[in-house]
Amino acid sequence: MDSIPLDSAHELIRLQSAGELTAVEIVTASLKSIRQTQSVINAYTHIADEAALGAAAEIDRRRASGDALGPLAGVPVAVKDVLCTIDMPTTCSSKMLENFRPPYDATVVKKLRAADAVLVGKTNMDEFAMGASTENSAMGVTRNPWNHAYTPGGSSGGAAATVAAGDVPLSLGTDTGGSIRQPAAFCGITGLKPTYGRVSRLGLIAFASSLDQVGPMAWSAKDVALLMQVIGGYDASDSTSVDVIAGDYVGATETRSLEDLRIGVLQDALSHSGLGEPMRRAVDNAIAVFRDAGAQIVDVSLSHSRYGVPTYYVIAQCEASSNLSRYDGAHYGYRSRTGDASTSLLSMYCKTRAEGFGPEVKRRIMIGSYALSKGYFDAYYTKALKARRLIRDDYDSAFEKVDMLIGPVTPSPAFRLGEKLDDPIQMYLCDLFTVGANLAGLPAISLPGGMSDDGLPIGIQLQAPALGEVALLRAAACFQSMTPHHLRRPAP
Amino acid sequence: MNDSVTQTLPYETIIGLEVHVQLKTKTKLFCGCKADFGAEPNTQVCPVCLGMPGALPVLNEEAIRLAIRTGLAINCSIPPLTKWDRKQYFYPDLPKGYQISQFDMPICADGFLNFTDPANEEDVCHVAILRAHLEEDAGKSLHDEASGSGDTRIDLNRCGTPLLEIVTQPDLRSAAQAIAFLSELKLLLTHLDVSDCEMQEGSLRVDANVNLKIDNGDQVAITPIVEIKNMNSFRAVERAILHESHRQYVNWQDTGATIENNPKVTRGWDDVREQTFEQREKEASADYRYFPDPDLLPVCIPREQVDAIAEQIGELPSQVRLRLQTQYKIKPYDADVIVAQGTAVIAYFETAAERCGDGKRVSSWLLQDVMRTMKEEHWEIADLPVSATSLGDLLHQVSAGKLDNARARDVFNHMLKHRTSVDGSVAALGIKSVDSGELESLCKELLDANPQVVADVRGGKSQAIGSLLGQARKRNPNANPQTVREIMLRIIES
Repeated sequence: MDSIPLDSAHELIRLQSAGELTAVEIVTASLKSIRQTQSVINAYTHIADEAALGAAAEIDRRRASGDALGPLAGVPVAVKDVLCTIDMPTTCSSKMLENFRPPYDATVVKKLRAADAVLVGKTNMDEFAMGASTENSAMGVTRNPWNHAYTPGGSSGGAAATVAAGDVPLSLGTDTGGSIRQPAAFCGITGLKPTYGRVSRLGLIAFASSLDQVGPMAWSAKDVALLMQVIGGYDASDSTSVDVIAGDYVGATETRSLEDLRIGVLQDALSHSGLGEPMRRAVDNAIAVFRDAGAQIVDVSLSHSRYGVPTYYVIAQCEASSNLSRYDGAHYGYRSRTGDASTSLLSMYCKTRAEGFGPEVKRRIMIGSYALSKGYFDAYYTKALKARRLIRDDYDSAFEKVDMLIGPVTPSPAFRLGEKLDDPIQMYLCDLFTVGANLAGLPAISLPGGMSDDGLPIGIQLQAPALGEVALLRAAACFQSMTPHHLRRPAP
Repeated sequence: MNDSVTQTLPYETIIGLEVHVQLKTKTKLFCGCKADFGAEPNTQVCPVCLGMPGALPVLNEEAIRLAIRTGLAINCSIPPLTKWDRKQYFYPDLPKGYQISQFDMPICADGFLNFTDPANEEDVCHVAILRAHLEEDAGKSLHDEASGSGDTRIDLNRCGTPLLEIVTQPDLRSAAQAIAFLSELKLLLTHLDVSDCEMQEGSLRVDANVNLKIDNGDQVAITPIVEIKNMNSFRAVERAILHESHRQYVNWQDTGATIENNPKVTRGWDDVREQTFEQREKEASADYRYFPDPDLLPVCIPREQVDAIAEQIGELPSQVRLRLQTQYKIKPYDADVIVAQGTAVIAYFETAAERCGDGKRVSSWLLQDVMRTMKEEHWEIADLPVSATSLGDLLHQVSAGKLDNARARDVFNHMLKHRTSVDGSVAALGIKSVDSGELESLCKELLDANPQVVADVRGGKSQAIGSLLGQARKRNPNANPQTVREIMLRIIES
């Protein structure tokens, strides 16, 4: 074949079944692309050439001998470096875990392997998933394939960029406050944050346990559904997993009608002073498409959404300060050997954490530790939990009237590298429209919705009630059958 | 020092205890690793209990069951909802940097435990239980000081094993009361089969909060509370409390420090030097930054579950004690000792007593011959070659006058040695009833040979006859001393 369609998992699967492509050909092409883009884009913290080629050869052999193969057989998949892989380093893009190899695979990684996906490598991210630009990485920044001077977003920046760069059709990201949806929007691809508990967190290195979810990223909703079908489902090893059978995500993308769908337009988001005009326009255009598809459009508002970002940043930081306590140099990962760190326990702790963590991680640990301290706990943590409850209640009342919500993903398209690095508050405001779904535990999808005048992608967001992935994917696939946005590719 | 000494001192000791009980589950609290003691270091571990990145806890329901069972036995209420919190501090044997525990919604609350006052057997002491909560244990730091290198080795086998921390109100008033409470609690826990309660193995650990109420006539002073840690035996608890009380009194005399102006501090117990010592202020005043563990769901405990567990508890030691006293007419002390030996000994006693028909006789044998033998041979009751029914049969013969105590002891010892039945040992020892004519002539012979004894008895010293009873026994082991005495006295008097 002249060109291998690395932008479509569906196509790669079809071509293999038709005998027109082998897994080795696909993976070879994918690895070649990764090698070419890596020097500029830097989407990877680890590239698994040998293992990937070996796995591909094995799939070809099994196909040749007539064995049954998994639903992702021979499809290259990139995995965010926050998910544990037994055969690859798992660094969270942190010096703290630079040389860490987990003794086990994350449940989602196990499921990928069981589906015969080929894991090509681990993708770059903001350290411990803390950030919105993949600039907080000990492994260097990742660049946006649409414009290398721009950020791909974060924290799943590497996972979004490698899809946008045409290296792989599928990647796994994680989303704590928007870390799948925002980079998907910045890179012009589709990204789904599933319902909290829909995808196992076992082996997902925790940032904020009550908010973290693993989710699929791809160009199209159809490919997103394919990956979601593999990773979704109950896991008894994760106590917060939802014991409900997974939906028919792939089937959902086949339907073409949105006749009975009631879509609520998030008025408070659209009237937000921080929302850029091109973003508003993209949402308006999308609303028109949905109306054409037969959906009813209703105005709604989430009255407590303005408390989303502060609520999120208290809860996430509190949990992070606790989750990251384990990186103390005592058992694994980085350990400082400087000065008296070799003799004094306290000094070893202090120096290990001072040297092993980057500035953003340290900032968040300090904020979280402060908020959980005696005398401040009620003012911050308890209050944030109350606000979280109000935000959830808002969603509940909204979903009494509508089936789905539409709004922007981000206040603006991708920003320049370095632009917000010295202003954490500006960086935190990137999460303005995404944290709500995490706080409420709801599924949300980011879809390509157009381009800015600067040639940067713009995303639109759909949010649904808990376990509404099927509805989201149906609406997204229908939208994509009527629009060309997800078909745009950056110049090579 | 003993209690009566303490009570003459011009202060009252106020003690509250925190007892950490390792629950007897097969696996750890939040993972599938074995919770056994004594395995090679770091062999009973997995990503969860090692606190590896990405690992997640999954609750062991058996620990909930054992905690409820214990809570009910110490008269606690079991709230319908309980939850998990993270207690955060840095230590190398705590690999996650936090311990999963329960902060404000413990699984058991508001109970009490009664026990006999060690100062007066007639009195019952009542100790209120504030709460009992579940938590995961930490690992062990082994400080290798012997090698001189100052290395610390970490064994994480114990990490994640389930602990129930039982917290009492400060209702205890002496070291002796604290020990009596702990003994009763330990008995209860082993009776319930919820813990091994081996202090040496760390499956029962005690912290004591101690301070003094000093009444010098015109004013009452309360000294600052000190929490004593690292006590690894009841003896250590007793000594630590006594030492600490004295230290606080002396300190109060020197400084006048009272609870109003001094926070609680933590002191360790040095078992070798027999004194408490100050621990670093940091450890004592830590802010644990408790918050709900987002990896675990709150636990709903339906009323039916509590009721079902309550039904399975059965008789508690204090109830067994009373029943043994009334049902078998044995003394409170004997009942105490039997119950303290545990359920197997209680069952042994009851079987033997039913068989014999005389509970008092059986308890007397149990407390002396049986328990002595067990102690000498390091046997459990199950190892004893003489079954409860055999002992009952044997002692029934004593009650029926067929055997005297000394002869019965011969049979018992023979049964121990040869593992024979009562009848087998009786036959082997050649025990049979003696013809009365035979006994007459034996007595006559002995009296003739010992005129001094005859004279002494006639002179009013009837106890002189005792020296001949042994001789009669030697000549004929089947001679019942009581019968021999009666015959001899009759012959002398005639």
